[in-house]
Amino acid sequence: MKELIVISGKGGTGKTSLMGAFASLAENKILCDADVDAADLHLIVDPTVVQRTDFQSGNTAKINRQQCTECGTCRDLCRWDAISEEFVVNSISCEGCGVCVYFCPEKAIDFPVNTCGEWFISETRFGPMVHARLGIAEENSGKLVTLVRQQASLLAKEKKMDLIMTDGPPGVGCPVIASIGGASAVLVVTEPTVSGSHDMERVVELAAYFKVPAMICVNKFDLNPELTRDIEAYAARKGLPSLGRVPFDPAITRAMVQGKTIFEFDGQSEAAKAIRGIWQRLSEKLYK
Amino acid sequence: MIVSIASGKGGTGKTTVATNLAFAMGSGVQLLDCDVEEPNAHLFIRPVFEHTQTITSPVPDVDMDKCTLCGKCGEICQFKAIVVIAETVLPFEELCHGCGGCMAVCPENAITEKGRELGVLQKGHRNGIEFIHGKLRVGEAMSPPLIKEVLACIDPAQETIIDAPPGTSCPVIESMKPADFVLLVTEPTPFGLHDLKLAVGAVRILGIPCGLVINRSDLGDDKVKDYADEMNLPILMEIPFDRKIAEAYSRGEAIVDVMPEWKERFLKLHEKIKGLVN
Repeated sequence: MKELIVISGKGGTGKTSLMGAFASLAENKILCDADVDAADLHLIVDPTVVQRTDFQSGNTAKINRQQCTECGTCRDLCRWDAISEEFVVNSISCEGCGVCVYFCPEKAIDFPVNTCGEWFISETRFGPMVHARLGIAEENSGKLVTLVRQQASLLAKEKKMDLIMTDGPPGVGCPVIASIGGASAVLVVTEPTVSGSHDMERVVELAAYFKVPAMICVNKFDLNPELTRDIEAYAARKGLPSLGRVPFDPAITRAMVQGKTIFEFDGQSEAAKAIRGIWQRLSEKLYK
Repeated sequence: MIVSIASGKGGTGKTTVATNLAFAMGSGVQLLDCDVEEPNAHLFIRPVFEHTQTITSPVPDVDMDKCTLCGKCGEICQFKAIVVIAETVLPFEELCHGCGGCMAVCPENAITEKGRELGVLQKGHRNGIEFIHGKLRVGEAMSPPLIKEVLACIDPAQETIIDAPPGTSCPVIESMKPADFVLLVTEPTPFGLHDLKLAVGAVRILGIPCGLVINRSDLGDDKVKDYADEMNLPILMEIPFDRKIAEAYSRGEAIVDVMPEWKERFLKLHEKIKGLVN
């Protein structure tokens, strides 16, 4: 079984639009959205939720005011400035380290488990999908990503699918690290802008750090053809395959507005033709 | 006044708005780039960096001569970052949140702290703008402590602009917390709207006033505006799609430099924000 993760470093380069397009083209696959913080793939593939499960992770301190003697031990020990002078815990600042709970001489601090999101198994017109939603302002996104990937893998085995296609989060931090570890390959979708190229280099470095093979493609390449060539030259120096270029095409935005993939919207558009080529080269690389 | 610029969805134009606002306002402004995973503002500001400092997070350093293998450190740790195995204590530095619990609980005082490198903080200047950003070490997962260090540089004597990371989880919340106003940059697409709603949810939890900038305002539909009406969110600026802007951005050039008429518009944006805060 192969697991492909689509990432970008910089947000807004077109990861999810490309993922939707690939979903139209690939067969026998599970879709997976690992951007649990601001998931968007469902807006294109319109999943029908089959199974919904709470995601519980971490704890938050809660001071029982009846038992509290205001001795101040918790405030002295807390490194997150999460306890006010009135001895109320700010749940957003609380890291869930439990140090205050352990040291409270009155045992006046509860430490309930957080429900910080939910995850889903769904059906879509492109096949099964595993996705999730992290609660707003919640922590533990990396753990939810890991959970979603594990569930996608179990589902793929159960349904005898040979490919998991995962829409990854932006950045290079905790959720991205959780998304790419142990994957078969990552596809880095970049754009020819100084920021797109800067962020692409960092995410390529990250993939190398975790020893995951990386490939690149350049979206909106015609906004800056010179920088597109520089990006491809960088990839060549690093020994990474460049799978192709997608032109800036308003059809991509129009397709998104209608909740369609580019192939459902206009299979003859310039962007659609380019993405089909990228998909062909991508599948050759995956299954070679 | 501290203005934090956030979005939910990545790539909507946070950095464009943050950097152009800073350039339009000029001296007396500090710009803090808190997207430490993928900092970009420096590519547009192009500051001369005068100061670089390594940022660390505290992790336990166990003195095995004092340790009696009692196991209390492993018991208190919520992050499985320190365990007693057979005849030794194993700290897993990458899992450690730096709460100091193991050090506080150790009855033998066998634990002290040392620093683990998270990344660097850099400070510089350009055209009277003070510029500060953090750069997370590639391979490092923990960004909030680095963001906190960047935010510790807030200078109340100046106007502060914070470029926040995308999303709505802990790093974003950190970058919004100190703000007097959150400016949400969005685009009129289903992805833009969906992630805007999440961002508005985060801002409302924090109870900070906010307003919108709609970028590429003519590429998409009207649903972001309908939502803004419904939620009573002021639309403070619209930036239409213009290939000239997109190409200038691709080269790392500011809109206010390429199209000087935008300087007034960004200054007006700042005036509107000031009006809403007071």
